[in-house]
Amino acid sequence: MSDLGIWAVPLAILGGAIRVSTPFLFVSLGEVLTERSGRINLGLEGTLVFGAMSGYAIAFLTGSPWAGVLAAAAAGAFFGLIHGLICSLPRVNDIAIGIAMMILGMGLAFYFGKPFVQPVAPDLPAISFGWWSDLPQVRAALQVNVLFLIGGVAAFALWWMFRATRVGLIIRVVGDSTDAARAMGLRPALIRTLATAAGGAFAGVGGAYLSLYYPGSWNEGLSSGQGLMAVALVIFARWNPIACFGAALLFGGAGALGPALQSVGVSEGYYLYYAAPYVLTLGVLIATSSPRQAMTGAPGELSITK
Amino acid sequence: MGPRLDGSTMTDHGITGGVHSAPFQAWLAPVARRAEAVVLPLMALLVGFAVFSLFLVVQGKSPAEFFGLVYKAGFGTAFSWQNTLSRTAPLLFAALCVALPARLGLVVIGGEGAIVLGGLTAGVLGVALAGLPAALALPVMVAGAAVIGGLWIGTVGALRYFRGVNETIASLLMAYIAIALMNHLVEGPFRDPASLNKPSTAPLTDALRVGDIPGWDVHWGLLVGVVACVFSWALIDRTTWGFAARIAGGNVGAAQVQGLPVGRLILGFTALGGAFAGLAGFFEVTAVHGSANASLASGYGYTGILIAFLARHNPLAIIPVAILLAGFEASSGLVQRRMDLPDATTLVLQGIVFVAILISDTFYGRFRIFAPERWSKP
Repeated sequence: MSDLGIWAVPLAILGGAIRVSTPFLFVSLGEVLTERSGRINLGLEGTLVFGAMSGYAIAFLTGSPWAGVLAAAAAGAFFGLIHGLICSLPRVNDIAIGIAMMILGMGLAFYFGKPFVQPVAPDLPAISFGWWSDLPQVRAALQVNVLFLIGGVAAFALWWMFRATRVGLIIRVVGDSTDAARAMGLRPALIRTLATAAGGAFAGVGGAYLSLYYPGSWNEGLSSGQGLMAVALVIFARWNPIACFGAALLFGGAGALGPALQSVGVSEGYYLYYAAPYVLTLGVLIATSSPRQAMTGAPGELSITK
Repeated sequence: MGPRLDGSTMTDHGITGGVHSAPFQAWLAPVARRAEAVVLPLMALLVGFAVFSLFLVVQGKSPAEFFGLVYKAGFGTAFSWQNTLSRTAPLLFAALCVALPARLGLVVIGGEGAIVLGGLTAGVLGVALAGLPAALALPVMVAGAAVIGGLWIGTVGALRYFRGVNETIASLLMAYIAIALMNHLVEGPFRDPASLNKPSTAPLTDALRVGDIPGWDVHWGLLVGVVACVFSWALIDRTTWGFAARIAGGNVGAAQVQGLPVGRLILGFTALGGAFAGLAGFFEVTAVHGSANASLASGYGYTGILIAFLARHNPLAIIPVAILLAGFEASSGLVQRRMDLPDATTLVLQGIVFVAILISDTFYGRFRIFAPERWSKP
């Protein structure tokens, strides 16, 4: 590390940002899809954890990490479907349901995940973009996982979908006005349920990344609020998928701050650096919220901004 | 905000008069209206238990054995009651930290943060004031824990009121920050060098330990928690502040038109809830652990969320619900060992019951038996 000196820190943060940001990216894309349809799913933390467990378990049992990713997506879609169906009932509080689903998702993940804490499942592959450099630190930083690239493509695809396709238009109409959607002959409850299920699938994939690549093992302390931070990140990104991509990198960088400083021997105040992503999330929430008018870009039917 | 969180069954319809026995109906009508808020949560609880039983059956485990063991280890003997009631104390405070803001339509779920910081404050003050007589030091520790807890959750209310920051997300983020802060301080500046395996503040002197209620084998936190619940009920149900809070919780715009001090209500109710959570930390440190350490973050704040929702945010109903859930937590160790279940079983049960109780919200006003004005109609 000594030959790079102080430059080791920003390099480690960059590499860490790419590594740490992927779960943020997937969960926030899923939440954008859900919230654009006018519903909030606070339970994605539970979906993330259950996705991590099911992805790891299936990857271990089949020997294929990609089967694990598919299983995590299916499990996430199932959780989203349940959330969506319950929220379709009249007078049910979608925020509270999210909290309940978060507890249930984590409980089921820990319950069924117990036998998979010990075994080692195959990792997801990564592509090395650092071949041009002789420095091992640069190579390590530019070791990019395939899921990160897929997430980036998905961000642009979602952006395009909301902008230019019929499906995107339908989701936006349902999210902005239930009455207008009904007048157009759409079924808001059904569309919101489907959007929540699709959003859950994204969160599940984010979880599979946690257990199958970085940190790359399954245990009960795997996620510490990444799913919840991603929900806050969506407000920061103003419900724009491409902005989510940038915000996820920023949050990933904050999450990588502690380990980066540790790698150069700074261990004082470890827990405070560990808290950096939470402080950053709270800071951007305070900076981007407004007490008076509705937030720009917010779907009209969303309960947290009404 | 979302639908009614307060569980009130207020209707301003009179009794439209039955054709038969009017006096009997006049007596029964108010009972029927009140019954809805009791019967529906109880049904939801039973449905939750039934779904959980199905879950156990699918796993090849016996639900009868499970609930039998919970009864035995949670409520069966004097010793198990003592264990259950000791765990009830922090749950009462944690549930109030959810129920009080809920009167204003706020969903605050970060009570764990106030518990942790309240406990840390009590532990640190206890070490600093070790030379003083207990009659002087203990009140300062109580006040310190309550003030820190109140400031922490009051900040969530202030962010909500002045900046429009979503209180659910903010409070949970602040809980993570509080735990990190506690870990930092307990491993750094306030660490007792003698605590090797588990970094802690220095142990409290015996004079500063809170003891048991005479003849009960349960520490004073239980009694103070019950008093706090009764006080909160009186505040909400019997004072103008509580009435104003209920109006503001129903419709902030209407409350402001009426000239109600919405800002002060939000700050006051969130701060009071946080102060109670801080007291939970105080009793955990002074009556249970004897010093502040990572054991403070043991999840009482999260169980408190479920309790408050099960009690429909009624502070008096919190007392029996907290005892019930404390019994489940007190028995979890034995149940897991005897039935070879993972320790996450409690979490699964809590999640299922939580979902069931929220689904029951949709059935309010659907049953004619709870609506006297509709009894005589065909």
